[in-house]
Parts: sequence; C-alpha cells; structure tokens
Amino acid sequence: MALAIDRLGAVTAALAAGAIALLPFATFRANRIVAGDPVAVWAALPPAAGLGVAAAVLALAAVALMRTPPAVRLAAAVAGLVLLLVAVGLAATHLTPEGDRYARVAPAAGFWTGLFAFALMLADAVVRLRLGPLARIGGLAAAAAVFAGLFALRVFADLSIVREYGVRAEVFRREALAHMTLALGSLALAMAVGIPAGVLIARKAGLRAPVLNLLNMVQTIPSIALFGMLIAPLGWIAATVPGASAVGIAGIGMAPAFVALFLYSLLPMVANTFVGITGVSRTVVDAADGMGMTRRQRLMAVELPLALPVILTGVRIVLVQNIGLATIAALIGGGGLGVFVFLGIGQTAPDLILLGAVPTVALAFAAAVVLDALVALTGKAPP
Amino acid sequence: MAERGARARRLPRAGTLIRFAAFAVLVLFLAMPESFAPVFAPLTTNGAPAIYDRAPLIDLTLAHLGTVAVASLAATVVAVGLAVGVTRPAGADFLPLSRSIVNIGQTFPPVAVLALAVPLFGFGERPTLFALFLYGLLPIFENTLTGLTRLPPAVLDAADGMGMTARQRLLKVELPLALPVILEGVKISTVIGLSTATIGSTVAAKGLGEVIIAGLLSGNMAFVVQGGLVVATLAVLLYDSLGALERRVARRTGRRTG
Repeated sequence: MALAIDRLGAVTAALAAGAIALLPFATFRANRIVAGDPVAVWAALPPAAGLGVAAAVLALAAVALMRTPPAVRLAAAVAGLVLLLVAVGLAATHLTPEGDRYARVAPAAGFWTGLFAFALMLADAVVRLRLGPLARIGGLAAAAAVFAGLFALRVFADLSIVREYGVRAEVFRREALAHMTLALGSLALAMAVGIPAGVLIARKAGLRAPVLNLLNMVQTIPSIALFGMLIAPLGWIAATVPGASAVGIAGIGMAPAFVALFLYSLLPMVANTFVGITGVSRTVVDAADGMGMTRRQRLMAVELPLALPVILTGVRIVLVQNIGLATIAALIGGGGLGVFVFLGIGQTAPDLILLGAVPTVALAFAAAVVLDALVALTGKAPP
Repeated sequence: MAERGARARRLPRAGTLIRFAAFAVLVLFLAMPESFAPVFAPLTTNGAPAIYDRAPLIDLTLAHLGTVAVASLAATVVAVGLAVGVTRPAGADFLPLSRSIVNIGQTFPPVAVLALAVPLFGFGERPTLFALFLYGLLPIFENTLTGLTRLPPAVLDAADGMGMTARQRLLKVELPLALPVILEGVKISTVIGLSTATIGSTVAAKGLGEVIIAGLLSGNMAFVVQGGLVVATLAVLLYDSLGALERRVARRTGRRTG
C-alpha cells in the first residue's frame, strides 16, 4: 500500500492534532462558580503521561491522515476516544489537590474538539464499513459497557460533572427515571392513539385534511407555551373530576408535561402510519382481497406489517424529539433531566448544565441508533 | 404536504381570508395590546396584569424575529455552501460522512445545544443565535443535498452538452432547479427556530419566550397564552408564506416539491 493521504482523514487529523497541541485540555477552578484556568494536556497529567497522551493522539491522527483500511481506522478512532476519556479522568485526579472537595476540574475545549475529531473518524469508519444494524446495536452496547466500566473503576471520580453527580446521585436517579417515564410513556400513548388514527384517515379520505391540519397546528405552538397552557385545564380537571387527582392528574408537575409530549408525538405517528398504509402497493392489497381476507385480516397480516418500517421511522422521530423536549418539563415542575440544565443555568454552574445535557444527548443518540437499526431490520429503509 | 397543496387549491379564498384575518389580529394586538386586556383578563388571578407590561410586546416580537432571521440567514448561507461543496467532484470524499453527521446532529435536543452554548458564550443573545444557527443548518443542508443529488441526469447532460462550465452549470441549472427543495429546508428550519428561540429566554435572550416564562414563574396564565399565541401565529404565517414562495418558485422551474 502506497503512502497516500486520505483527504477526509486530513481534516480529522488536523482537528485532533490541533486540539491536543493548541487548545487547553482541562479547566481548573478553585470552586464551582469562579472562572477557571486553562491547562494544557502535558501540564494536566504527570509529565511522562501527558507527553505520552499527546504522542498517542498524534499517532492516531496519523492513522486518520493516511489511507488505511476502514477496520484499522475504526480501531484507531475507538482507541482515541477511550484514550481521551481516560486521560481527562486522570487529569482531574492529578490536578485536584489531595482532599480538596471544592476544586473543580472540567474538560476544556481541547478535550471536546479531540472527542469530536475521533467521533468523526468513528462515524466515517462506520459509514465506510457499511456496518449492519445488528453490528451498530452491538457497538452501542459495547460503548455503553466500556463507559460503565470506566465509571465503575472511578476513572472519572474527580471530574467536575461526576462531582456534581456525586452530591445528588439520588436526585439524579429520580429525575432520569422521570425523564424516561415522560419520553417513553407519552410515546406509548401516542402509538396507542396515533396508529389507529393513521389507519382511520387512510380509510376515510374526508377526515385526512382536518386531522393532519389540526396536528400540524399543534406543532407550531412553542413547547414552553404548550407545557404552560396545559396547566390550567389539567388543574381544573384535578379540582373537579372526582378521582382525577388520585391518579396523578394535577395542574403542575408531570401531567401537563406528559400531555404536551403526547400532543407533539401525535403528528409523526399519525402521518407516518397514514403514509405507510397508503404506500402499500395496490397489487398486494388486491392479492389479499383475492385470497378472501377480511378487511381486518388484511390490515393485520398485510398492510401493517408492510407499513412497519415507515411507522417505526415515526417512532424514531417521536422518541428522539420527546427525549429532547422532556427537558422543558423542568420549567413547569415536571422533573426530568432538564432540572439540572435549568438549575445550572440559574446558578451559572456549567458542570450542572452538563450533568443534565450530556445524559440527554446520550439518550437521544442511543434511541436514534437503536431505532434506525430496527427500521433497517424490518425492511428496506424508507426514502 | 401534497394534501395541504390540494386543499389550498380547492379553497384558496377561505384559506387566504383566514390568514389575512390572523395577520390583522396579530398586528392589532401588537400595536395596542391593552385593548385586548378584557380577552386575557379571565386567565389572571388576584388582579395580576392581563397584558405583559415589563417590555412592549412589539419590541419583543421584533427582537424574536430578528434573532431567528439572522440565525436562519447564516444557516442558509453556510448549509447551502457546504452542500454545494460536498456535491462537487472535489468534495465527493466528504459526502457519505456529511450525511451521517446530519443524521447524528439531529438527535441533539435544542435545549441541550442551547444549554451547552452558555458556558461558551455567556448569557444573552449569543448562545441563542449560536444554537439556532447550528440547529437550523441541518434541515437546510439535508434538503439542499436532496435537491442537488436528485436532479434528472438528462438535464445535467444537456448542460454539459451546451458547453457550460462547472460553475455555469451550478449557477444556471443545478441551483435554480433545486431551489424549491432548498426553500422547503429554509422553511422547516425557520419555523423550528421560531419555536426554539422562545427557549432562548431562559438564558436571558430578548424575545417572546420572556413573556411565557414570566407567566410560568408568576403563575399568570394570561402571559403564557399570549406569548404562546403570538409565536404560534407567527409560525403559521411564516410557514404559509414561505410555502407560497416555494410553490411559486416550483411552478417557475416546472418541478414539484415532495
């Protein structure tokens, strides 16, 4: 193999090398509010280790720069990501004075840019290898396992975001659970209502325009406003309908957030079911009729299975969107990971913002990977 | 969307009339909000003000629209530029990866992007502009890519056969033909931006989100509803007018959008 330069790799290599050489790797702050001092990678770790990390990143960047087989690039990208994660964890331990509980060491621009560069390399390798759906899910599970392993080994224990977590581990578990309940619960309800509604408007042409226009209109209401507007009607229901408050319906808190997410979820579910059902080819429908299937049998055995990839695409849109939007619930007392985001914004504590935002992004990303794989497994990916 | 088009053709008058009425009411409300106080009064309690009074609504609306316009314009320029870049022979190496980046980028929740921008840019307009810009890139990039890669090969061959240079072909054939699809991306991006900009008020950007959040904090439903209604009306009107522009362009180029 001749030494040739990979043009895309040149960009990632330049990013990774520049990040490690020119940008601060970590930020040291005496406490969680004050402005921080930037620290380069060789200063953030014991000298030998710091230079070792820098050299390793440059070597991995060279793998990206040269034309190398995709499998090698994949391995190099994974190695780069793990290296940066471990290095930033160790840097935090190294920089924090022994026994100091107030000092905060946060990842800085160099770390994030390097992470981005290797993530880019990883995405590129995955595209080049044309990894199948099962391999992608496997990769995701492996990544989660590695991360959990590093966490269990307390590699990250002195990082600022983990310190914020350490102070409120109990609350974090509760809010993460609330976040998932909001996102998945409203998805389940939207599927239970939206799929039959989609089938209905596929059958009754007259209902189509009104239903879709109404759901389109719901989408234009800004999320904060919709969450807020539901407080009044739900409060009224809780106060007047006997037993409503006993099942958790209340003006503020989770109920309005749940209903708002459900309303936003309806359009993708209804529209995708409708498109999926009407996209089933005429000849297939005729064949089903010719076999003497009842309408119900045709729907269950032919139309819905054939529409499944398109319906699952709707589920993907809804789930990713819900995981993101559920952060807004915190503004109306509905809980979820947004609690940390808005608390962090209020206290100008970036670490606390990260504690809410990073898990949200990770959840949304994982949901997208898993559902993309499911869409690919159930049939040809829709256009 | 075909549905919407068919309906618009069948009932042009009613639809236009409703839109004009909505626009008129919106302008009237922003010009003299106090005269609408009786409408919102039932939503308040304990004698709280029915109309947001800490800043003129018209100022907030213009600031809101300004933020969205700046971010959308920047996003359009950059996204179209990038999409043109990766569809040229020189940038072809970057095409597959750029697609997967767009796919991944869309999983980033707007609130998270906004919140992560705060440590970088501080409070105020800048994190909001940045988040709106970044979030606005994706739909425009995706649509421009679709528009440029699904052109009929016969047209491109004809352009080459006429002796057009690559530059002429791009400017006179490819971009004009892809314009309706690009505009659809701009439309999606702008409408999302309008809604996302309300969240910007949590990081002290000036805009209509201020009204909604003030309402949430003081338990004044009138504020929440009027802020929400103004943004929603703006979104619908903007969606429709950009849609009309898109259809007009599509008719001129003789192509239909999705």
